[in-house]
Amino acid sequence: MNSPQLVTDIAAIIAMSAPLVFATMGIYITERAGVINLSVDGAMLLAGMAGFAVALLTSSVVLGFLAASVVGALVAALVAFLGISLRLSQTAVGFVLALLCTDLSSFLGNPYVQQTGPAVAAFPVPGLRDLPVLGRLFFQHDMVIYTSMVIVPLIAWWVYRTRSGLILRGLGERPEALFARGVDVIRARYMAVILGGVLIGIAGAAYTLDLKQGWTYRHIAGTGWIALAIVIFGAWRPWRVLFGCYLFALLQTLASRLQDNTWQIPTQVLQVAPFVIMIVVLAVVNTLGSAEMQTRLQRLPTGLQRILRYITSPAPAALGQPFEQQ
Amino acid sequence: MNVTIRSHMTTIVALGTALLVTAVLLLTSSSDVLHAFAILFWGALTSPSRIADMVMLMSPLLLCAIGLSVSFSAGQYNLGIEGQMTVGGVAAMGLLRMYAEGQAPYLYWLFAIIAGMLMGLVWALLVAALKRYTHVSEIFAGLGLNFVALGASLYLVFGPWKRPGVASMSGTEPLADILWLPTLTGTRLAWLTPIIALVALVVVWRILRQSHWGLQVRACGLSPLASTRMGIPATRRTFQAMALCGALAGLAGALQIIGVYHALVPNVASGIGLMGLLVALLVRADIRFVPVVAFFFAIITSGSIQLPLSLSIDSSISGVLQGLIVLAVIVSRALTKEGQS
Repeated sequence: MNSPQLVTDIAAIIAMSAPLVFATMGIYITERAGVINLSVDGAMLLAGMAGFAVALLTSSVVLGFLAASVVGALVAALVAFLGISLRLSQTAVGFVLALLCTDLSSFLGNPYVQQTGPAVAAFPVPGLRDLPVLGRLFFQHDMVIYTSMVIVPLIAWWVYRTRSGLILRGLGERPEALFARGVDVIRARYMAVILGGVLIGIAGAAYTLDLKQGWTYRHIAGTGWIALAIVIFGAWRPWRVLFGCYLFALLQTLASRLQDNTWQIPTQVLQVAPFVIMIVVLAVVNTLGSAEMQTRLQRLPTGLQRILRYITSPAPAALGQPFEQQ
Repeated sequence: MNVTIRSHMTTIVALGTALLVTAVLLLTSSSDVLHAFAILFWGALTSPSRIADMVMLMSPLLLCAIGLSVSFSAGQYNLGIEGQMTVGGVAAMGLLRMYAEGQAPYLYWLFAIIAGMLMGLVWALLVAALKRYTHVSEIFAGLGLNFVALGASLYLVFGPWKRPGVASMSGTEPLADILWLPTLTGTRLAWLTPIIALVALVVVWRILRQSHWGLQVRACGLSPLASTRMGIPATRRTFQAMALCGALAGLAGALQIIGVYHALVPNVASGIGLMGLLVALLVRADIRFVPVVAFFFAIITSGSIQLPLSLSIDSSISGVLQGLIVLAVIVSRALTKEGQS
């Protein structure tokens, strides 16, 4: 276990990103289907609380994760019903549900505050764990973290290489075209939003049963909003979203590492640095992606244009718009 | 049936549903649901000091909700309101720290309030500019700036403005007694705060509902494109609406410092801005109902503080009830609209 500090740090970053990876992938699927689910922050808290409570009462981590994904799916189904079927403002509904679920998690979670409960067991992969450097980086974690590492390639493959993935992208880009081809747009959107909700629920449990191992009031409040911002930062592309998750965790690690530094930068300044960087990056990416900028960029050499186009891929065209099925 | 009567009926059904769900939730932690409701709806009014505490919560809530009705009218979800309140408090504290013995405190109150409003205004304009010029959604720009504002106030509480010797979450060194806003005898309520909030309500209501400016702001909210075609400077009106909201939030933050905390605490806003967003969502742009809803929400929230002690129920049930009410009402609106067509 005598690995250099850098390797330990990178392994820690991979581990602490796991919940964010699940949450961002859930949001990614939801938004690819053209629906905005702003309730993530509250849904994660509620699902995390439910997951912890169930795991504590049944002494089963698996049942805890199951409960969390059911809660995540239920909140998402409510968002889908109000936003897709009743065509309410998805922003308003999501925001109210975010606050509501947060308070609900505090209220229902009251008996479980700071209890010691079960947690996901470490599971070093036999054989691979002893590899130099790589073993420490990738193979000395637990099942939740391993899943977070493979889920992104899986989802990328699904979205870009399968027929149902094509339908998912169509839901967010041109739902009327899908409808003309006989796809039940509303049903398909429901399914995508609920699947996204399952992943958001798992993200909550990944905090309470793995990364933070326990439950207190609002202890992960804020992470849902960060996850929503990371998906925009990642321009709705799975690999870039994953990069965003790791980047955010890296910045947080740097912040805590630089506390006892010689530069005398106050902790609080370092803790908000990721948010400032996130806003700046969003601003740069969105400015470059705007229509007026795109016309100006056409004078640049083609190679450069291609790079810029990669950086600034746009949001799904039908994002947040209800679909009227005739 | 008459459309107005029908919409009132659906609102009542919606409120009933919200209460029913809350009752079921209360059953999970206490058998005495009626007693719990009595505390929620009446507990805040049972003694003069409790009423004073409720008004202390209602005043900043009112200021935030008024501001948010303006930004909502312009079609903006100003989730950055908490940060705008926080920087308002920071600016006010910065000014009050310059007080030297023997000077007139009211001048400092005035300047602290102005500083707070200006700082809140700048923070809101930052959100508006990020949205207009860099296409960052006001939701994420606002939330990001909330974290930045919180970081700044934490830095000041634990760094340059900390109490001599001990830095603590309870805040900076308290202000000199003479700088505290005078309170009603026997209570903690600084009476100037609710008066300022009510004046702001009347002024903003008149501006929004009865001026040409207000009409243009509402037009921008309904359709920025159409209003631009009609010659309304949509960008400028949106910026002005956000600035007004930020200034009112900054005012609320400054008043929390001179009237409530008498020091800079890490979290000046403490969720009041978010509650204001719920109020604004409930009344939409109709600012006349803001005081009614703010009053009601303040009663529930203050009342719920007694729940843990008398019935050992977690006080967060007040937030649950408020969220359920807003959700039920916006759903009922959609259903009535659907029924008409």
